[in-house]
Amino acid sequence: MDLILFLTFAFVAVACAINLVLQTHPISSALSLVGVMGSLAVLYLLLGGEFIAAAQIIVYAGAIMVLFVFVIMLLNAEGEPVAMGPKLSRTLGIPLIVALAGLLAFIVHRVLPPGAGVAFGKFTGGTALDVGRKLFTDYVLPFEVTSILILIAILGAVVLARKEIH
Amino acid sequence: MTSLTAVPLSWYLTLSVILFVLGVTGFVIRRNLITAFMCIELMLNGVNLSFVAFSYELKQVDGHIYSFFVMVVAAAEAAVGLAIILAVFRSRQTLLSDEVNSMKL
Amino acid sequence: MNFYLLTLIKAGVVALVLLTSLAYLQWAERKILAHIQLRQGPYRVGPHGLLQPLADVIKLMTKEDLLPPYVNRFFYPFAPFLAVMLSLIAIAVIPFGPEVSVFGQRTLMQLTDLGFGVLFLLAISSLSVYAVALGGWASNNKYSLLGSLRASAQMISYELPLAMAVVAPLLMANSLSLREIGEAQAGFYLGFIPRWFVFQWPAPQVIGFLIFLVAAFAETNRLPFDLPEAENELVAGFHTEFSSMKFAAFFMAEYSNMITITAFATLLFLGAWHPPFPAGWGSDYVPVLVFLTAAAVSLYHGLNPARGRDRRSLPVVSLAFFAVGIAFGVPLLQTYLTPVFWFAAKTGAILFLFMWVRGTLPRFRYDQLMGFTWKFLFPLSVANLLFTGLVVALSGE
Repeated sequence: MDLILFLTFAFVAVACAINLVLQTHPISSALSLVGVMGSLAVLYLLLGGEFIAAAQIIVYAGAIMVLFVFVIMLLNAEGEPVAMGPKLSRTLGIPLIVALAGLLAFIVHRVLPPGAGVAFGKFTGGTALDVGRKLFTDYVLPFEVTSILILIAILGAVVLARKEIH
Repeated sequence: MTSLTAVPLSWYLTLSVILFVLGVTGFVIRRNLITAFMCIELMLNGVNLSFVAFSYELKQVDGHIYSFFVMVVAAAEAAVGLAIILAVFRSRQTLLSDEVNSMKL
Repeated sequence: MNFYLLTLIKAGVVALVLLTSLAYLQWAERKILAHIQLRQGPYRVGPHGLLQPLADVIKLMTKEDLLPPYVNRFFYPFAPFLAVMLSLIAIAVIPFGPEVSVFGQRTLMQLTDLGFGVLFLLAISSLSVYAVALGGWASNNKYSLLGSLRASAQMISYELPLAMAVVAPLLMANSLSLREIGEAQAGFYLGFIPRWFVFQWPAPQVIGFLIFLVAAFAETNRLPFDLPEAENELVAGFHTEFSSMKFAAFFMAEYSNMITITAFATLLFLGAWHPPFPAGWGSDYVPVLVFLTAAAVSLYHGLNPARGRDRRSLPVVSLAFFAVGIAFGVPLLQTYLTPVFWFAAKTGAILFLFMWVRGTLPRFRYDQLMGFTWKFLFPLSVANLLFTGLVVALSGE
């Protein structure tokens, strides 16, 4: 059952990611990215991360991507025309990407120690209780620093997006 | 029974690699600024998956916490990045990175 | 009985009840608005307009389902589909009663008890912004786009005080599971004050409940926050270009969202399925009394009818109420039916409040609406959370 769920959602994630890269209109790309995030949330659930799965949907898919969709709609973005690069880069492109992915996957397989595999329910330490406990004891300094970071980001966004009144 | 249906951890990491490489590809070949930005988010998502996968492997919750911080930083980055894109659009009326090619306004 | 079979039966029952109550919620809204505005509402189709929802469904299904040539081919049918799917999924985590045993198997009166049920409901409400935004954008119409952008900005802005108002009772319940939140409100203080979170010592959540209600009005785009779909402002807002079944889908999604969010308010603040006074004082017999009174009233009106048709239909209605009242009195069925009655009564009271407000209050202007949330409601909800946290920590729980 884990295998079927993993394969289904991994396939959906990769299909949505390829769709993101290949679509011309930014809105279709944005919604494909939402699809990637949704399937990743299911994969996090399979890995026992229930809080992080909910945070992925609430924060990433439900707020950040909504911001992207808003900006695309506000700017009335259109599909970008297809640009043809030089012949050399067109022929070498896909083989180089596959080579890069293959190299990284090979390194991962060599370095990773053999384990028992991922079964749903083996790791129950990803609840909100565990995350909260760790977050407010061991990681309280990064937590406070990120809250200041968000404040700076809000200020920066407001200043940058303001209309100049001459 | 679990050994028959358990998914090897390397498959999760391979998926993370594939998403990351697709993000790099998209970032390099897309000209629209917003789409290039979305490919950065795709790369961050791939990395999040590997954090959570290793957190399962080591049976600790720290990977979830790093992943949470990545999400928070991605939110801050999206806000400021989109504000910059809005400002660029306002002054140059274009969203294609090819046409934002002179320092003179 | 097999777990899977039982779950299938529960899913079927919940779906049936939800879809029927969607239709009759619309009837109830039209009747309530009408009586507030001193008119009668649907009256002709069936006794007191009770078959009006059926007539509406037939009309909407037989209307021409347009696909205008200027709309986006993929997102135009996708937006209402997304709206309906998200609003119907949310009912899966709402508990209607305590754990009961059906034919010897113990089961929850809930479709699934997620350990993070509260986060699930917040996630669904975050995702429902997409249905609105895409619906307006795909219509290729400037009024729809304006309406949908305003509606989505409003929905995201009001998610913040909603989430903060939700966290405060969680501090007292110590769990994210909706079942445990409901069970933490059992019992009575001094023998007669119910331990609902809106009354619970050390931090009665009265302000939190009010903040949640105001945010709920804005999340579901109801008056006084319905500028995005106001008929006289923006044609019909983001669902201007949708006809027949797609429009029905948006409509259904709005009512389903209302039911979900009022059920959430009942779970968090009003004590879920617990009665307001103890069973020792007869709270198990309140539903029996209510239904028998309804039967007596409709029998009286059937015997002295205002119209000729009522002479035939109202006694039948009276008989139905009588049968339901007797069913609530049977001790075997009481364990299942009484908690559901209290849950439905509280949810129904908040829904009545929604409709009452729709008939009474004027609409907010868009800048007033946004200023209200960012400058007043959000700081108030943060203050409420801080106060609740302080009190809970000091009382040593």
